[in-house]
Amino acid sequence: MADMADAGYTTADGRKIGGIVMEMKNITLRFGGVVAIKDISFDIREGEIRAIIGPNGAGKSSMLNVINGFYHPQEGDIFFHGKKRRSLKPYQIAEQGTARTFQNIALFKGMSTLDNIMTGRITHMKTNLLDQMLWWRSAEAEEVANREVVERIIDFLEIQAIRKTPVGRLPYGLQKRVELGRALAAEPKLLLLDEPMAGMNVEEKEDMSRFILDVNDEFGTTIALIEHDMGVVMDIADRVVVMDYGKKIGDGTPSEVRANQAVIDAYLGVAHD
Amino acid sequence: MGASFSAEDGLQSVPALLRRNATTLANAPAYREKELGIWQTWSWSQVQEEVQALALGLLQLGVKKGDFIAIIGHNRPCMYWSMSAAQSVGAVPVPLYEDAVAEEMVYVLSHCSARFVIAADQEQVDKVIEIQDRLPQFEQMIYADPRGLRKYNHARLHQFSVVQDQGRAATDAVRSELDDRIAALDYDSICVMLYTSGTTGKPKGVVLSNRNIIVSARNACDFDNITSNDALLSYLPIAWVGDFIFTLGQSMWCGLCVNCPESKETVLSDLREIGPSYYFAPPRIFESMLTTVVLRMEDASRPKQKMYEYFMAHAKNVGNDILDGKPVSTIDRLKYAIGDFTTYAPLKNALGLSRVRVGYTAGEAIGPEIFDFFRSLGINLKQLYGQTEASVFITLQPDGEVRSDTVGVPAPDVEVKIGANGEVYYRSPGVFVEYYKNPESTAETKDADGWVATGDAGFFEESTGHLRIIDRAKDVAKLSNGAMFAPKFVENKLKFYPSILEAVVFGAARDHCCAFINIDLEAVGNWAERNNISYASYQELAGHPQVLDSIQGYVEEINRQVAVDDMLSGCQIHRFLILHKELDADDGELTRTRKVRRKVITEKFKDLVDALYDGSQHIDTETEVTYEDGRKGKISARLTIREAAVQTPAQKVAAE
Repeated sequence: MADMADAGYTTADGRKIGGIVMEMKNITLRFGGVVAIKDISFDIREGEIRAIIGPNGAGKSSMLNVINGFYHPQEGDIFFHGKKRRSLKPYQIAEQGTARTFQNIALFKGMSTLDNIMTGRITHMKTNLLDQMLWWRSAEAEEVANREVVERIIDFLEIQAIRKTPVGRLPYGLQKRVELGRALAAEPKLLLLDEPMAGMNVEEKEDMSRFILDVNDEFGTTIALIEHDMGVVMDIADRVVVMDYGKKIGDGTPSEVRANQAVIDAYLGVAHD
Repeated sequence: MGASFSAEDGLQSVPALLRRNATTLANAPAYREKELGIWQTWSWSQVQEEVQALALGLLQLGVKKGDFIAIIGHNRPCMYWSMSAAQSVGAVPVPLYEDAVAEEMVYVLSHCSARFVIAADQEQVDKVIEIQDRLPQFEQMIYADPRGLRKYNHARLHQFSVVQDQGRAATDAVRSELDDRIAALDYDSICVMLYTSGTTGKPKGVVLSNRNIIVSARNACDFDNITSNDALLSYLPIAWVGDFIFTLGQSMWCGLCVNCPESKETVLSDLREIGPSYYFAPPRIFESMLTTVVLRMEDASRPKQKMYEYFMAHAKNVGNDILDGKPVSTIDRLKYAIGDFTTYAPLKNALGLSRVRVGYTAGEAIGPEIFDFFRSLGINLKQLYGQTEASVFITLQPDGEVRSDTVGVPAPDVEVKIGANGEVYYRSPGVFVEYYKNPESTAETKDADGWVATGDAGFFEESTGHLRIIDRAKDVAKLSNGAMFAPKFVENKLKFYPSILEAVVFGAARDHCCAFINIDLEAVGNWAERNNISYASYQELAGHPQVLDSIQGYVEEINRQVAVDDMLSGCQIHRFLILHKELDADDGELTRTRKVRRKVITEKFKDLVDALYDGSQHIDTETEVTYEDGRKGKISARLTIREAAVQTPAQKVAAE
């Protein structure tokens, strides 16, 4: 990646990756005396699938929460499209075009799949409560437009059959998919996925991998994901950041990371023969 | 009032029928498909425009007369339009099963030398790309759903809508070429080629002419008075002759509306939303509907259960007679009306069968309980007997003469006779032209006078003139003691139990019968849940002693029933085992229409068959399985073999 110009690079499968969307510079995050993230820098480029991996407790989810604006780092700066980002609330960051899913699914269990995904449109709704209640002015047109976006997502994720099913009744793998749908409904420029494949069986993982690749391909969405399953990460990610005990120990393409001795020792395991 | 048509000159091809519909039924709904949660409708004139645009596009891609165009996908309007467009340009549509693995496609695509393929989506495109090196004659592929295909090399790939757009921009020369090609079609030109799934050997390409399809469709429409007011839901594989006859034949003939589901998983809710008036389903679907009803009633509140039981018992007594127009007392009619209000109508609505005027089931024998259940609700469910080679219809049950154990009287224009060995033969305008590139098989099946051997053994009931089918003629054999052996006869009886999904009975040239049983995961799983039986896998459930006990009970009950039949009392099952895997078309054990491939199973599970006959109590086995993506794996299991009580004819005499 040394030859990577600022204008971006081209991946092995011929996708054009653009300039830097988000850059983390020397981020340090502490909880009291515990250092969760220690002096980490990396960037996310437009249109790429960027993975963050590391053993349990390495600080991956904290990193995602920093990007997401849920945690504010004590040290370091975040640049969004080249501009330094102030401390924003998560909803302000969502309005900037960032959406996420959660490690342990945060859906509204009693609501249907359709309604859950509709909530993802909240940042695109302009009519106020009164308009909505009285079904006035643009309320109806807006609802129809939003519903169409949501229906396209339902079609995209192949979840038509569970459109009206309360999500609490769905199996885990499908709930994960609904959550991805809700994040997509926000039409994000940057999509953050926190362990999208945790607890899934092989078939569900394959489905989810395909959806992630398709999202990236069809909508050109930049994706940053945390994942434990090394096979999945190596298959779908363009570049990988490896963390261990809050520090960055590797950064590069999957093959570079796989060849990095520090990474092998820390995470992939040392070969004994 | 729906329009009805009689045979007219100049309407000798499906594209000609489409042009007529576009004029006479211009604004009537022709196709519907649920997209983005909404039913989208195309009128006949719009369909004509879509088909024409595609046909013009195909001409520009260089489709020649007589080319074969493979069509692979699920039930979507664009797939049916592709067939009509192919016919319009003088090519032959060859619909394929969408769940066929790439390997199976190689044979069919190279056998018919398909130059063009129209595929529904990325999944199908990938399969063809995987095998294209082995298909020298393959040239271009068109895909309907562009998702995931943007990055593919488009040297030989075209998007459906783009081909249509190019067609819409076609020059007058191309347009007149299309008109000429449509005008050149007549009764004898090929309408479609369908590959039979083949319970034995390689699939055979059945060539059906416009005459076959149009005359059969017309007769079927007349028989049940199907008009443009009717609607059907097309959800069965497009490569299956029944779907072709209903969706392209009958729909084009009488103008009925074809509805395509949103996805495979939503068929049941789409069925409910559409409420078709003309409905076809194989027995398997009715079985699973009944299973769902029974299971859900078990979860209902006590008063509801009581009401359901009370009225269903009443429906069982009089429902069939009311439907058949037989005399029923006023009190019973009144009670039935109350039952209809409280129970039958809501139940039919929940199943999506409220508006069914004519329903058919075929392909396999249907359990009498299942059949009577639907008929007693007031659904006019009937049976037909047919084959790909006959353009479906051989016999049909007329209204008022419906029974679960016959398949009806010969369809209009169809002659049926029984051969010396008990095999059923027929002759009709629907009889296929030939098996493509296979004159030997054609000659074996169809004689010089046009009589076709069905391969099924059966007889006409003297009192009613209805045909009864016993079994496949080649499967009917003898036990070593000379008694008659008809495996299907016993298997069908076994399969009427909801817990039993599939059964395979062995016994030809042996001294007694034994069986493989496949449990139904849904039914048995539910039963296990109710009885606090925990299990981690299909295999574990299948091997559970209590499951074996209950299956043994069923087998013994069937033995008692079989013992009563003078001719077939030798078919009682002495020993059986429950298979550790579900029989699957991907493993070649079933055909794509889910019929048992006896020979494959006998060879593949030879160790298990031997164990059934050598008296052992347990057998360890290892079986290769194929995953949906074509990869293979192995599963091993230890199976228990059970003995079932058998009735001797002597006991039967003693009991009487």
